[in-house]
Amino acid sequence: MKKRVWPRVVILTLVGLFLAYPLYALFEFSIRFPLTGKYSGDAWVKLFTGGDQSRLAPLYTGIVNSLLIAAVTVAIMLVILVPTMIWTRLKAPHLSRAVEFFALLPLTLPAIVLVVGLVPIYRVISTTFSTDAIWLCFAYVILVLPFSYRAIDSGLSAIDLPTLATAARSMGASWWTVVVRVILPNLRTAVASASFISIAVVLGEFTIAKMLARETLQTGVMLVNQAAPQVAAAVSLLSLLFGVVLLVGISFITNRRPSR
Amino acid sequence: MADLPTPVARVVRFFRDGAATLPFFAYLSVFLLLPTVIVIVGAFRDKNGLFTLEPMSRLLTPATAQIFLTTAWLSIASAAIGAIVGGAAAYALSTTGVDSVTRRCYTAVCSVLAQFGGVMLAFSFIAVLGKNGNFTRLLADVFHTAIPGDFLASVPGLIVVYSYFQIPLMVIVFLPAADGLRQEWRDATANLGGSGLVYWTRVALPILAPSFLGCFLLLFANAFSAYATAAALISQRTIIVPMAIEGAIRNENNTGMDAYAQALATGMIVVVSVVMAGYALIQRRTARWSR
Repeated sequence: MKKRVWPRVVILTLVGLFLAYPLYALFEFSIRFPLTGKYSGDAWVKLFTGGDQSRLAPLYTGIVNSLLIAAVTVAIMLVILVPTMIWTRLKAPHLSRAVEFFALLPLTLPAIVLVVGLVPIYRVISTTFSTDAIWLCFAYVILVLPFSYRAIDSGLSAIDLPTLATAARSMGASWWTVVVRVILPNLRTAVASASFISIAVVLGEFTIAKMLARETLQTGVMLVNQAAPQVAAAVSLLSLLFGVVLLVGISFITNRRPSR
Repeated sequence: MADLPTPVARVVRFFRDGAATLPFFAYLSVFLLLPTVIVIVGAFRDKNGLFTLEPMSRLLTPATAQIFLTTAWLSIASAAIGAIVGGAAAYALSTTGVDSVTRRCYTAVCSVLAQFGGVMLAFSFIAVLGKNGNFTRLLADVFHTAIPGDFLASVPGLIVVYSYFQIPLMVIVFLPAADGLRQEWRDATANLGGSGLVYWTRVALPILAPSFLGCFLLLFANAFSAYATAAALISQRTIIVPMAIEGAIRNENNTGMDAYAQALATGMIVVVSVVMAGYALIQRRTARWSR
């Protein structure tokens, strides 16, 4: 049966336009001076040259904080998730359902609810460590868990884990060697996409940072929006595009099958 | 030693093999389960730590009930728009090749808008429908009609902005189901003399219906939980539950407000769990159609 193509092209184009239009408007907003309607790249120049420090300071603090938090979050996420998932597949399959359930649970728990319960916990963290924004990493690991779990799970499903482990063990490798030198190299793309998606989540997170009054990229943009809305628009556009680049990157590395 | 382990040995092995997962479960206990328990227990305790229904009963006061109703209405409307438009787009996208550039870029853009936007999406709609927005000026110049200045801070305005992350989310979550439709089924219908209309009403839609409903529930829960977008658009009034929670946490003068925040959060947990349980049930039913 012959399928007509045009309805699909029309749908994809219309929805695509609806999705792209606000991004275009965001760009226009960043270069158009609202009162006079004149166009100039001032906001972008200020953003990249670091001019206007007095007004843009929260933004730079936020960007630095968010990048640090993203790095630490990815590290903690990999350390607690990857060995656990490898181990449950090899040695404790009876726990795999429980691991999956708890790893996906944060999807069903709204961040605003989680933060209500985190307030007293962060009161303890503030007194034992400090009120520095970096400790947000503990909460963010929870937020990125479902996304990372899915990425690593699909990576593990694609390789023959028991055979790899048994082969390496029978040649005298310690469990450390098995995980680090045999399994992890085979999980490169899964680990990379789990990390990318975690970075995207951390850079986009607002609720928890706002409620715990920590300075991150998102809360910084919110603050700067009062004084310099055009710069805020420029940063918003950049961070959305950065997210798109990360995810397009994921789709290319995960679809590239190694030739065997 | 016998081949079959004794019950004691089996129990020992059960715990020894499970021990490596301890850091994972310990971490989740502290940062996921403990906060949840704090919220739920807190909603049922008074200042002296005794059991009380007082905070929960405050959810039934007209003002709070109204906030829950508004949030539900906003979620239903934005989920319906998202499900219908996003569902159509997901179907259209499923007919493109799995490795095509269109599909990769479309899904990447959709993931970003659906999951990581928040504040940024609010800003982009200020650039569209705000006082100096691109669309606002277009309407004023061409049709001489004005968009009310506070449109983005109203519920209809929020529905429009929410669609901007609901439609992309629907594209992502509905794409696997749309991919599950097989060309063979269409051919089989045609061989039996069925028209395109018959294929859609008798074959494709009944197969897609459960998964469509499941995705609608997911979208509802997503909108119900959303906070960032509304927070970036509305600063003065409290119209959705997450904003009421923020107000209750911020209010440091009244210690009773902590319990109120926990009661509101518990209310959200109840709504979202019921919806997500429905989603999980439907997902299990639809799993047999997807390979």
